[in-house]
Amino acid sequence: MEKIKITKDEVAYVAHLARLSFGEEEMGRFTSQLNDILLYMEKLSEVDTTGVEPMTHAIAQKNAFRSDTVDSSLPSEISLANAPAARGNCFEVPKVIE
Amino acid sequence: MELYELTVHVLQDKLRAGETTSAEITASVFGRIDAVEKNVRAYITLMRESALAEAARADEKIKKGEIGALTGIPLALKDIYCTKGVRTTCGSRILHNFIPPYDATVVEKLRAAGAVFTGKTNMDEFAMGSSTETSFFGVTRNPWDLERIPGGSSGGSAAAVAAGECIAAFGSDTGGSIRQPAALCGVVGMKPTYGRVSRYGLIAFASSLDQIGPFTKDVEDAAILMNVIAGYDPRESTSVPEPVPDYREFLGRGIEGWTVGIPKEYFIAGIDPEVEAAVRRAITVVEQAGARCIEVSLPHTEYCLAVYYVIAPAEASSNLARYDGVKYGFRSEENRDLLDMYKKTRSAGFGAEVKRRIMIGTYALSSGYYDAYYKKASQVRALIKRDFDRVFTDCDALLTPTAPTPAFKVGEKTDDPMQMYLSDIFTISTNLAGIPGISVPCGFTSGGLPIGLQFLAGHFQEGRLLQIASAYEKHANIEKRRPSL
Repeated sequence: MEKIKITKDEVAYVAHLARLSFGEEEMGRFTSQLNDILLYMEKLSEVDTTGVEPMTHAIAQKNAFRSDTVDSSLPSEISLANAPAARGNCFEVPKVIE
Repeated sequence: MELYELTVHVLQDKLRAGETTSAEITASVFGRIDAVEKNVRAYITLMRESALAEAARADEKIKKGEIGALTGIPLALKDIYCTKGVRTTCGSRILHNFIPPYDATVVEKLRAAGAVFTGKTNMDEFAMGSSTETSFFGVTRNPWDLERIPGGSSGGSAAAVAAGECIAAFGSDTGGSIRQPAALCGVVGMKPTYGRVSRYGLIAFASSLDQIGPFTKDVEDAAILMNVIAGYDPRESTSVPEPVPDYREFLGRGIEGWTVGIPKEYFIAGIDPEVEAAVRRAITVVEQAGARCIEVSLPHTEYCLAVYYVIAPAEASSNLARYDGVKYGFRSEENRDLLDMYKKTRSAGFGAEVKRRIMIGTYALSSGYYDAYYKKASQVRALIKRDFDRVFTDCDALLTPTAPTPAFKVGEKTDDPMQMYLSDIFTISTNLAGIPGISVPCGFTSGGLPIGLQFLAGHFQEGRLLQIASAYEKHANIEKRRPSL
């Protein structure tokens, strides 16, 4: 029998965290594909990483500071130009609170 | 020979000598686009009108003797670079109508150097793919065989250069997305060191891996384009303030006395025999050019794919959280409330591969799994980088195949994500270690498909990479063929 790394319920939970939703058939396909991918990743447990510092970036750079000076920025009408819906100086969204 | 077939440096010589004009070159390129684009489909958006205007301006400048590094040369941009006033989709429905209010730093630099932009090229959605089949805007075809894929994710840029639909092009490389399509389309493709080129205005996929680079017809053109785009950018805090040499100075220096490492882990079962034979021939050529080739070992190579498919999706799931239908791009209709709008927008706006990676990344970063996946992968990544640090104490450069197979057929791997991921097996380690790599053509299969050879070097050694690539190009004397379109 194939090993189960992730169940349909877990996929549904992760989908919610990622703000995605799937239909029944799509959910089945994703669960099986994610399971295959996660099984492949089990390979990583073969490697002894005791005491190895995790690497986050390829080029070691310390804090990239710059001086705190005001520079040009986009005017709000340009910032809003791509908005699916806007009113006044704001992005418009469906209601958040009942 | 038609103008659209020529290289950047040959056209520059012709422009300087007054033998042609940017208007003529640009017209030649668009004539070629009119003839072949219906079959190749390399572009998402063509910029014909603005290109002709830019060409006219370039010709005015040339008349006055004001020739910049790229004045009047028609170039294509992957549709992942923000271009002010020109739609930028990243191959996705969710950005199908996005018009950036600013230019990426690289675009600014190219404009300042006098380039003419032909258009925005097709790509796998959000650069996630190895075949340019996941684009919302359709599949790009390989100019060498229209039934095959051009590679990916920057498949449109590679195909456009191979087909003569631009003089050179730009792409982005997160796990091989410049080098693999360059190999499959028979052109030169270079991924610089992480931090060498500013990513400002490059739509983010995996921020610790993404890097910008050129597609060209020869190595000299790659050096010319690197001279324009490399360098520190105060707007991009991971760009590195290292001095930028004149990359053209490295060309023609030769590689006598060099030590070139051949990593034994890159000649594995599953590699196409014709690809292996071509790469083995390339080793002989490098030796004839005066280098000593030695077998080396990068023992953690077999873990690269697993590390990459934790780290890249983890970073992607975070980067792509911004596509929520609020500030720009696609928004779903008839939303009950905000949460419903987020879910409907993202579910309809993203394609299957992007959703798959967002799901993997979200899972790998979620509470209870972070240590087992993301932290573990980041530790193994450190070991992969150590492997490279160690071999570069003995070797000036490494030589490997770029991709395990030549171009595969459209639809061949779309149902099996793991098979698709394996086509990046020789390019991924470079991004994990942050080192530069270049793919150069090294011959053809018996069926007439191009094969690519990859050189790798240590951090910020782009000059030496171009040096060995140009030495190989000169000694190998690879037959100059053109796709029959």
